[in-house]
Amino acid sequence: MVVYLDHAATTPMLPDAIRAYAEALGVVGNPASIHSQGQAAKRMLEEAREQVAATLGCDPIEVVLTSGGTEAVNLAIKGIWWSRNRGGARPVILAPGGEHHATIDTLEWLEQHEGAEVGWLPLDDDGLVHADDVEAALTRYGDRVAMVTLLWANNEVGTIQPVTEISALAAAHGVPVHVDAVAAYGYLDTNFRAVRDASGSVGGAGLVAMSVSAHKIGGPVGVGALVLSRSASVEPLLHGGGQQRQVRSGTQDVAGAVSFAVAATFTTRNRAGEAVRLAALRDRLIDGILTAVPAARLNGLPGDGRLPGNVHVAFAGCEGDSLLFLLDMAGVSVSTGSACQAGIPEPSHVLRAMGRSELEARGALRVTLGHTTTEDDIDALLAALPGAYTQASRAGFADRTTTLGA
Amino acid sequence: MSGGVDSAVAAARAVEAGHDVVGVHLALSRMPGTLRTGSRGCCTIEDSMDAQRAANIIGIPYYVWDFSERFKLDVVDDFIAEYAAGRTPNPCMRCNEKIKFAALLEKAIDLGFDAVCTGHYATIVTDPAGNRELHRASAWAKDQSYVLGVLTAEQIAHSMFPLGATPSKAEVRAEAAARGFSVANKPDSHDICFIPDGDTRGWLAERVGAEKGEILDRDGSVVGSHEGAAAFTVGQRRGLNLGVPDPDGRPRFVLEVRPKTNQVVVGPKEALAIAEIAGSRFTWAGLAPEHPDVAFDCDVQIRAHADPVPAVAVVQPHAETGEPELMIRPGNPLDGVAPGQTAVVYVGTRVLGQCTIDRTVSAVPTPVS
Repeated sequence: MVVYLDHAATTPMLPDAIRAYAEALGVVGNPASIHSQGQAAKRMLEEAREQVAATLGCDPIEVVLTSGGTEAVNLAIKGIWWSRNRGGARPVILAPGGEHHATIDTLEWLEQHEGAEVGWLPLDDDGLVHADDVEAALTRYGDRVAMVTLLWANNEVGTIQPVTEISALAAAHGVPVHVDAVAAYGYLDTNFRAVRDASGSVGGAGLVAMSVSAHKIGGPVGVGALVLSRSASVEPLLHGGGQQRQVRSGTQDVAGAVSFAVAATFTTRNRAGEAVRLAALRDRLIDGILTAVPAARLNGLPGDGRLPGNVHVAFAGCEGDSLLFLLDMAGVSVSTGSACQAGIPEPSHVLRAMGRSELEARGALRVTLGHTTTEDDIDALLAALPGAYTQASRAGFADRTTTLGA
Repeated sequence: MSGGVDSAVAAARAVEAGHDVVGVHLALSRMPGTLRTGSRGCCTIEDSMDAQRAANIIGIPYYVWDFSERFKLDVVDDFIAEYAAGRTPNPCMRCNEKIKFAALLEKAIDLGFDAVCTGHYATIVTDPAGNRELHRASAWAKDQSYVLGVLTAEQIAHSMFPLGATPSKAEVRAEAAARGFSVANKPDSHDICFIPDGDTRGWLAERVGAEKGEILDRDGSVVGSHEGAAAFTVGQRRGLNLGVPDPDGRPRFVLEVRPKTNQVVVGPKEALAIAEIAGSRFTWAGLAPEHPDVAFDCDVQIRAHADPVPAVAVVQPHAETGEPELMIRPGNPLDGVAPGQTAVVYVGTRVLGQCTIDRTVSAVPTPVS
């Protein structure tokens, strides 16, 4: 039996989403064409956009479909920053440490190539951003702030951020906010309009943009969306045919949108019940791990403070990648949290941003539950873990002094 | 699995021999290059992908294990320190000794593996008593037993070299092509993997520090200048750019590097001849000789691609320190022996052991000026 517990990396596509995808692929027609087949494709696309908008709490026109979460984040951050720096000098972007690489690398690129300045917001020991730190930064940088960007929930350690509170502060300072909701979407109530209303976001101030991805909720890889408020102003990354409000040129992916809509609708309809179910499994898993391995430590907030499907644990005295390997051999797929493109597990930058030592960061393991997860999966992991931990501890750290040889 | 053709074929053969095999690629740098360049055949992301594709075709799991910290300490820093001390290290041997058959092997054993299997061309023979011996590969031209000479009995007990009996590299490439490996025609690697553009001298100069110094003749007269003594190797001829020609008009070679005074000593080729080499860092590749303190016949090889020469070896106390050292006297004097190099001792095809050369004795007395 293969036990898949890496749903935050990608979750199995829903059967209905696969069916809808395959069916839609058989329909010919560019939604931008004027003839009847083009109109039929356009109708499928816009129905899908309406369904996706309904799950995100925004108007259909506010859904800009993208190639995925990374493009959505890039469009939001670069687009808003460029737009905000057209008229005057507002180089500063406020962002917490421990963001996803889509954000970190975009910010570093803007610093190196465009003269942006990043005001890093601290994370506390649980990975939480504190509103008073945001307020202090907004006050300190004043008119020079272009935007605030932050994760709704951290993709590695699962900590949920006070998005409404932070949006309210930014709104009061007249600063736009982008929220990366890729990890939160489908697990939390990520309602765009509700946050805008509750935070007093008006026009281009406060929450104006939110990124999501289809494959994290049972849709296909290669599809995502940026929710872009009507009142938000962005410079496009892609230039061409002017599709999607002139913000995202390129022939639109009808089948991807249709499949995304099916997954979004299904997931959103079941979200509340599923969150309760997953949180119970999660807490049983956390308790089981901490009991079986006393040296383990939960990272991130417990209970309602974390994503219902996220378990992130630091194992003292061993490498996360040794544990991953041994669990993989036992048929259990988990993650060390982050991987660079060479597949080299690096010490989690999120844990480093939370003030943990590199040694602690290297023993981290992320277990993420999703729609296919059962009690049996939890049992399988709990059965395999103690032995794997003992063995991985024997192997210790890769930089230990060797005894073989001369 | 480096991403090269040899380790890919070795892995496939190990699977077919009935072993339970997992492909492991070593990450030796935290900042790997993206694409393969020149004659480096490992360590870039492209190489890692090549290794993974081969593992996919063989049908084995594949992982990247990060040994970048140990590699930096044991291989890269050691390489710099050795050159700074005027010695000539072999980083590939150091990597075998400290990384592939130590750090990697230890981690593997702790994680439940029995052995490390590599694409080296060497053979393991088990003697009647069950002791494992390291031997040359069947095909002399591809033999890589020299770079494995640093292995000890314990390491050899956990090593497998499935390519040892292969007659030629061409056969390995043909087998790789027949197996559908994309790396079948990938060029062999020659350069030091951690020096990106192959410019060892420039790379060392940045790290060891390079100051202008003197090039001396054996009688002490200044015959030229250099941009940093550490970049020179005993036996080197090129790049001396001597201002004062040899009276006989013959080429001159580096005889000695003196890092403390930043001097390089040069002389004629015959002055390179070495009659005796010795080192206190020695190991036995398998069972040690019963009486190593009684001089025994052997062959000695001092470079990966040098020919072995008949010699007599003995373990004896160092004349000054009294510390045991492996002393080797070649039947005919050897050229181009530098401290820091490894002398591997063979008996027939068997690798008996090795020492890192600490000191040499010239066959030609220094002329008195």
